[in-house]
Amino acid sequence: MDFSLAYLAAGFSAALTVIGGAFGIGKLASAAMEASGRQPEAAGDIRTSMIIAAALIEGISLFALVICILLALKS
Amino acid sequence: MLYSETKITSDTLTAVAEKSSDTGWIMHHILDGNTLDFSPFAVINLPHFELFGIDISITRHVVFMWIASILLIAVFVLVSKRYKSSMVPKGFTNFLEIFIVFVRDEIAKPTIGKGYEKFLSYLLTIFFFILTCNFIGLVPFGATATSNISVTATLAIISFLVIQAGGIMKNGAFGYFKGLIPHGVPFWLLPIMFVVELLGLFTKPFALAIRLFANMTAGHVVILSLIGLIFILNTIWVSPVSILFALFIYLLEILVALLQAYIFTMLSSLFIGMAVHQEH
Repeated sequence: MDFSLAYLAAGFSAALTVIGGAFGIGKLASAAMEASGRQPEAAGDIRTSMIIAAALIEGISLFALVICILLALKS
Repeated sequence: MLYSETKITSDTLTAVAEKSSDTGWIMHHILDGNTLDFSPFAVINLPHFELFGIDISITRHVVFMWIASILLIAVFVLVSKRYKSSMVPKGFTNFLEIFIVFVRDEIAKPTIGKGYEKFLSYLLTIFFFILTCNFIGLVPFGATATSNISVTATLAIISFLVIQAGGIMKNGAFGYFKGLIPHGVPFWLLPIMFVVELLGLFTKPFALAIRLFANMTAGHVVILSLIGLIFILNTIWVSPVSILFALFIYLLEILVALLQAYIFTMLSSLFIGMAVHQEH
């Protein structure tokens, strides 16, 4: 069977997933930096919430990565 | 035309890969197997067991889960004995107390609120188990048990059962399902809200399992691919770059191991809190 399109799809979707995830986490990090700058006493709480939100966003992009791995391993 | 071009590209890449080296070893290091591979020293074959057609043979990940469990039981029995003599910890007990107090004060108390003591032992167990399994996968010759979807799915199913049991014991079986629907919802939305919330009960532990599995597997795949780049390109001059990147990703992996244990525990405790105190 010919799996070349599966490999192409896997690579392409991995790239798109990374774009989406990096964009979301970048926006999150910039908001956290700005909030820490405004109120340095809350920096600890902001850092904790930022890490939780970053892990959740990364979880979503890893869903797509799992599908890409499934596609790439189709042979 | 695009199809034939992609076919030509992929055929070329396959031919190049097969000519220079066999990249199946990357998958061999990540997936579960029936041997304990300490090559080039020794390869230990593990026994196959089959029960009613279901394969319950002892594989690599099972052995490393046992190693993690025995390590945890030994360490924590020792630590609890030290607490019997004096409440002030010293040395290694002090180091573990940092983590235990962290789980209690930053994870259990803010999310579950009143009545967190009942769930504290479960949260501490999964935190230290996932942490130990992740870290054992980072030492040489170690295999990450949590990079197996079956292991993470089991942990997520156990979390799901604890969440439902906690919610049902606190609110009663009927009260728990009634409390799933938020307040102030117009009555014609009730059927679909109920279905959505019921599905949400199942997707949240599913996401826990996939998140842990994918994070652990992805880190190891990146490290192995970077090192394998040396063999695929068949030159030694790429090795400084490759090893430097692999070292950086390795340090990142240590952070990810800690973070994923924290996130799994935090989200489990958040869901327990949402199930037990449904007023929010």
